[in-house]
Amino acid sequence: MRNSRFLLPPVLLWLSLFLVIPMLIVVGISFLSRDTLGRVVFEFNLEGYRTFFDPLYLGIYWDTLVLSLLTTVICLLVSYPLAYYIANASPRVQTWGLVLITIPFWINFLIRTYAWVLLLRTQGVVNSALLWLGWIDEPIQMLYTYGAVLMGMVYNFIPFMVLPIYVALEQMDKRLLDAASDLGASRWKAFLHVTLPQSKSGIMTGAVLVYVSTSGMFVVTDILGGAKSTMISNIIQTQFLGARNWPFGAALSVIFVVTSLILILLFNRAMQARHQRVGEGRA
Amino acid sequence: MIELVQIEKHFQGQAVVHPLSLSIKEGEFLTLLGPSGCGKTTILRMIAGFEQPTDGQVWLAGQNVTDVPASKRDLNLVFQHYALFPHMTVEDNIAFGLKMKKMPRAQIKERVDEAAQMTQLSALRDRFPHQLSGGQQQRVAIARAIANKPKVLLLDEPLGALDLQLRKNLQSELKHLQRTLGITFVYVTHDQEEAMMMSDRIVIMNNGKVEQIGTPREIYARPQTLFAATFVGENNIFSSPEGLIAVRPEKMVAQREPGAKKTGVIEDIQYLGSVHKLLVQLDGEPMKVTVALDISDERPWQIGEAVGVNWNDKDEVMIEP
Repeated sequence: MRNSRFLLPPVLLWLSLFLVIPMLIVVGISFLSRDTLGRVVFEFNLEGYRTFFDPLYLGIYWDTLVLSLLTTVICLLVSYPLAYYIANASPRVQTWGLVLITIPFWINFLIRTYAWVLLLRTQGVVNSALLWLGWIDEPIQMLYTYGAVLMGMVYNFIPFMVLPIYVALEQMDKRLLDAASDLGASRWKAFLHVTLPQSKSGIMTGAVLVYVSTSGMFVVTDILGGAKSTMISNIIQTQFLGARNWPFGAALSVIFVVTSLILILLFNRAMQARHQRVGEGRA
Repeated sequence: MIELVQIEKHFQGQAVVHPLSLSIKEGEFLTLLGPSGCGKTTILRMIAGFEQPTDGQVWLAGQNVTDVPASKRDLNLVFQHYALFPHMTVEDNIAFGLKMKKMPRAQIKERVDEAAQMTQLSALRDRFPHQLSGGQQQRVAIARAIANKPKVLLLDEPLGALDLQLRKNLQSELKHLQRTLGITFVYVTHDQEEAMMMSDRIVIMNNGKVEQIGTPREIYARPQTLFAATFVGENNIFSSPEGLIAVRPEKMVAQREPGAKKTGVIEDIQYLGSVHKLLVQLDGEPMKVTVALDISDERPWQIGEAVGVNWNDKDEVMIEP
C-alpha cells in the first residue's frame, strides 16, 4: 500500500475543504446571535442550545431517533434474508438480484418518493385496487401517516443495507460451513456461529449507513408525512431557510451530529465487545 | 472401522470415482495417494459426508452412514486450508465441536487443555487464527478435530501449504500423534514420500480408479501397475515378450565388462550426495534408464562413455500397463 502515501494530501485537502471547514463554520454560527432581520451577528450566545431543551424540540428529536432506529431495524430484517439469498444464489441470479436492487438508484430520489404518493393517496393505485376487489368499502388513509413515512424510509434505504451485507456474505469462505458441519453444527447453528459473525462487518456498515441517512432525511417526511410528522432535519431546514434563525439551526445540527457520532461509537463498541482484536476477521 | 462398499461418484455424467470397495481397519493409518484430480479428495469427502456417493454405501463402525449428514458422523476432517473460524480464538476454535455437542463446560475445558497440549498450542490459546503462522494454524486445525475424540480422523492434504522443513517436522508429529491416540487416520496426499513415510497402507489412485492397495513396502517392491511403479519412487520400465517389466534404479549395476543385459551411452551423471545416478541412453532403443550407483562405488564415469547395464532376474517386477 505504498501508493496510499501519495493519496493522503489530496484526501486531506478534500476533507478539510468540504467537511472540516463547513463543520467548523456551523459550530461557529451555533454560538452566535442573529438580528431582527435574521442576519448572523458576531455576539456570543447560547440561545440556540437553550431552545433545544424545549419539550417540543426534545420530543421531535426523540421521534427522529425512534424513527431512524425503527427504519434501521426493519431494513436489517428485510435485507439480511435478501442479501443471504443473493449471496448464495447462482452467478446469474446474483447479477440480476444486484441489478434489481440498484435500479431504483437510477431514478431521481424525489421522483421515486413522489411515486409513492400516487400509490398511497386516497384515489391512488392501492386504494383503487382494494376498492375494486371489494376488500374495503371506503379508501384508507395511508398517505400522510407515520406508516407511510416509515415505509418510505425503509424503501429508500434497503439497498444501503443489502449491499454491504451481501459483500460480507459473498466474501465469506464457504468451507467454514463445511468445517462447522463436520464439527457437529446443524445448519442453523452453523449460521448462528459462523455466518452471522462473519457478516457482522456488513451489518455494521449497513446499519450505520441507514441510520445516518434516515435521521438526516427531511424529503420523505415532507412528501409522505405531510405536516403531521416532523423530524429534526425538517426543523433544521426550516430554521435555515424559513425562520432565518441560523444560530438555532446550527445548534440543532451540532447536537444532531454529536449525538449521532456517540450512538455510532456505542454501537460499534457493543458489536466488537467480544472480539476486539479480530480486526477485519479476514487476515 | 470404515467399509466402503462399491462406492462411486459421478459429476455431470463424468465418473470421478469408479466403483471402489475398501476396508479400513481400526487404528490404521491409511493414505489415499495420487495426482490432483484423481478422486482421492472426493473419496474423503464421501467418507466425511460432504458428498453423497452416486452409488454404493459407506459404513462406519458397523453402521451404514451413507445417508447420515456430516454433522452426525462420528469422525472429523482436517481441511486442506484449515478452515479455521477467523472470528474465534484458538481456544474457541478447538472447543467448537464440543460446544455443538453441548458438553458440560468443565469437560470442554479439560478436552481443550488436552488437545492444546498435545498439539503444543497451550501458549497460543487466546490468539486469533490470523495471528498464527501456517504451521500453528495447521496445529489448531488438528487440535479442533481431535478434541472431539472421533473414531476416525480424515486429513485432506493437511501439510500441502507448508514449506518442506515444516512438513517434515509435522509428518513425524502427526505419525506420533496417531500412535498416541490410536485412532484411525485416513490421509490424502499427492506426495509419495509423505505417504511412504507415514502410512500403514497406501491406496494408489489415478483417474478415479484404484491402481494398487498395499503396505509401503509392497508398493515399492512389488508395484502392480505401470502407474504405481512410476508414481512411487523411480523405476525403469522395459517391455519383454511377457509384458512390462520394472526394475528399480538401485537394483541395477553399471559395468564396463561385456555380458550386460543392455548397453548404452552415459548421457548424464547426477551426484545427489547419498546417491549417484547415471542416466543411460540405451543402444537401439528410444528409452533411457537410470542407474543408481552404490555409494561405495567410486569408479569414475564420464558423460559419453559406453556402458553396460545389468540386473538380477529376481529384481524384475512384472507390471500391468
